[in-house]
Amino acid sequence: MKHTLVALVENKPGVLNRVTTLFRRRNFNIDSLTVGRTENPFISRMTIVVDSDADPEQVRQQLYKLINVIQVEDVTHLPGVSRDLALIKVQVDSQTRSEVVQLCDIFRARIVDVTPDSVIVELTGDEQKISSMVELLRPIGILEMVRTGVVTMTRGEEVLAANNYAQRTGQPSNGHRATVI
Amino acid sequence: MKLSGAEIIWECLIREGVDIVYGYPGGAILPFYDAMSKYPQVHHVLVRHEQSAAHMADGLARATGKVGVAIGTSGPGATNLVTGIATAMLDSSPLVCITGQVASPLIGSDAFQEIDITGITLPITKHNYLVFDIHDLAYTIREAFHVARTGRPGPVLIDVPKDVQNAKIEFEYPEGEIVLPGYHPPKEASTSALEAMLRMIGEAERPVILAGHGVLMSGAMREVLEFAERTQTPFALTLLGKGGLPEIHPLSLGMMGMHGTGYANLAIQNADLLLAFGMRFDDRVTGNLKTYAPNAKKIHIEIDPSEIHKNVRADLPIEGDLKTVLNQLLPSLSPLEHKSWLGQIRDWMEDADERDIVNQDVGERLFAAHVIHDMWKATGGDSVVVTDVGQHQMWEAQYYLHQNPNTLITSGGLGTMGFGLPAAIGAAMGLKSSNVWAIVGDGGFQMTMAELATAVQERVPVKIAIMNNGFLGMVRQWQEFFYEERYNATPMYAPNFVKLAEAYGIPARRVERRHDVIPTVEWANSITDGPVLIEFVIEKQDIVYPMVPAGADLHAMIRRPLPEKNSV
Ligand SMILES: Cc1ncc(C[n+]2csc(CCOP(=O)(O)OP(=O)(O)O)c2C)c(N)n1
Repeated sequence: MKHTLVALVENKPGVLNRVTTLFRRRNFNIDSLTVGRTENPFISRMTIVVDSDADPEQVRQQLYKLINVIQVEDVTHLPGVSRDLALIKVQVDSQTRSEVVQLCDIFRARIVDVTPDSVIVELTGDEQKISSMVELLRPIGILEMVRTGVVTMTRGEEVLAANNYAQRTGQPSNGHRATVI
Repeated sequence: MKLSGAEIIWECLIREGVDIVYGYPGGAILPFYDAMSKYPQVHHVLVRHEQSAAHMADGLARATGKVGVAIGTSGPGATNLVTGIATAMLDSSPLVCITGQVASPLIGSDAFQEIDITGITLPITKHNYLVFDIHDLAYTIREAFHVARTGRPGPVLIDVPKDVQNAKIEFEYPEGEIVLPGYHPPKEASTSALEAMLRMIGEAERPVILAGHGVLMSGAMREVLEFAERTQTPFALTLLGKGGLPEIHPLSLGMMGMHGTGYANLAIQNADLLLAFGMRFDDRVTGNLKTYAPNAKKIHIEIDPSEIHKNVRADLPIEGDLKTVLNQLLPSLSPLEHKSWLGQIRDWMEDADERDIVNQDVGERLFAAHVIHDMWKATGGDSVVVTDVGQHQMWEAQYYLHQNPNTLITSGGLGTMGFGLPAAIGAAMGLKSSNVWAIVGDGGFQMTMAELATAVQERVPVKIAIMNNGFLGMVRQWQEFFYEERYNATPMYAPNFVKLAEAYGIPARRVERRHDVIPTVEWANSITDGPVLIEFVIEKQDIVYPMVPAGADLHAMIRRPLPEKNSV
């Protein structure tokens, strides 16, 4: 079974490198990893999906050893919303174009670009929904595909609120470049 | 007052209580060296190789509990530090390494002597920094010392580009508490954990304490001993745990693991409760994990939560500082007895005594075990001993019984040959003591023997004992056991060590017979104004017994055969 961890980390250059170095060095396999901003400009948020062979608690504790990692939660078993976004470029002709349009209707996907012999489909959803659509588009002809990886948020009361954390105190305010690479 | 980045580094070192730094100059760190003469309160030791600077700082740190400081230039200076940093990382030793870097506009251009040292040391430092802005410099140094010495200690590296060393700002020392939002070393145990622990201790019939390096780092020597004595629980030590508890003690089982005592390993395998105090179940102490202490419940008290359940599943995990947790526990701990368990252990000890080479008459042949046993006697057992890596390291661990904390300094986790001499120099300087012995093999000594010059230049009264067996002994032992005695690349030529020492102006003697050991050690002890060296010419093909082959069951030890009557 895959595990989903959500981490708050300091928003500094090089922190992503620290996290990926840790995963490589400890032989934890990452299924997907996304990073992005939060409501707090000093803090970024990662959603990390790890393969079943890694013990998620060990992954969590190892992440905590990185000084720039602020909070890590295993949200695998918490009720939540997970979203992946895919852009899929499909080869079409006059016949298959309508087939693609129909599929998009069913999957609530959007066609965001059209050329005489291709369309770009934008689809958001959980992993499974995207995988099913990909399987149906494959026989029609996928030219290019990109997926963002999963982002996750638990339902109800906040679990990882970046606003709970202030900027590091003591940091000189006139320092304009980050020191931690 | 306006200060340069270079001056700010010195100012910050002084405020951290640093009085000795080890280093080697070069282009990218020159501004720092240029400012040195303004700060005579810090003594700079010029080493002969940056690796040794890190080992010296490490030796000083382990002997004194202070943070050690090593300095190097960019490029090769920085990469030479790497082995020393990794050694400190695996043994949780607090170091701050400062490296010069090419000027920041050149970073990323493959400039002369530019190397990405923060990238290289990412997995072997507790944390590292590249300082781009002089305004961040002082705070970064403060934070680095804080990270190095708190929680589970470790090495921290700060890379400072040359232009940052040259820049000038109005200097204001950043006072005030350091707050790192994601860094909270655990401290105390919960009441429910303490209650569970008391219950498990009360139910145990065959408990064993596994005392690790954490006992020393937490300063919990008194508390662990009190625990052991009150509950009559025997204790076994990890290699780095030696010195944490007195080894001359009725409850002492000596060292555990691959070359541990037979009775420590048998006690662990037969235990019904293991109390793991500040140790991490390294493969060298557990052997085969599948058969490790199969009937024992495990209580694991550890400051680094990632160590809990990593190798061995704990029945009761307690994240916390050992001393704090034991002080929480001791008021409610009642006295216990384990007479039949201790009786069983005594029987195992008698068998070991019979096999022990120290109890056998070997005539005039010189076995390392005898040398170390005699050194232990001649030094009253209270020297600080720093070892290198190999057979002699294990013999030290078996035959030099430590009674006091921080008196054995050795590279346990990384097993770094070449560590012994420089770390001993650092320890002797940090302690300002002439009672520090480096016990080294002829192989490892030759890796860093250039530091003899440093010891002479600094007049460090370090005592060097070379165990010369003409082989890379530990590897030869593995070849004998597991590779049908094919001694490839292990016989090793060595120079005449006595003459070599004399070339450096170091008094030196060679010992070839048992009865010369104690008088020569006493002679060395009488020299206190500089280094002294003894070469012990020991048995060429001796073996460290007992031995648990790598990955074998902990009870499957290869033991020294029982002596036949009247022979070895
Ligand atoms: C830097 C380094 N290289 C290689 C090894 C592998 N190794 C472990 S013990 C050993 C032999 C050490 O020989 P010596 O220093 O003569 O000590 P002895 O075992 O004979 O006491 C070697 C080569 C090591 N631990 N460290």
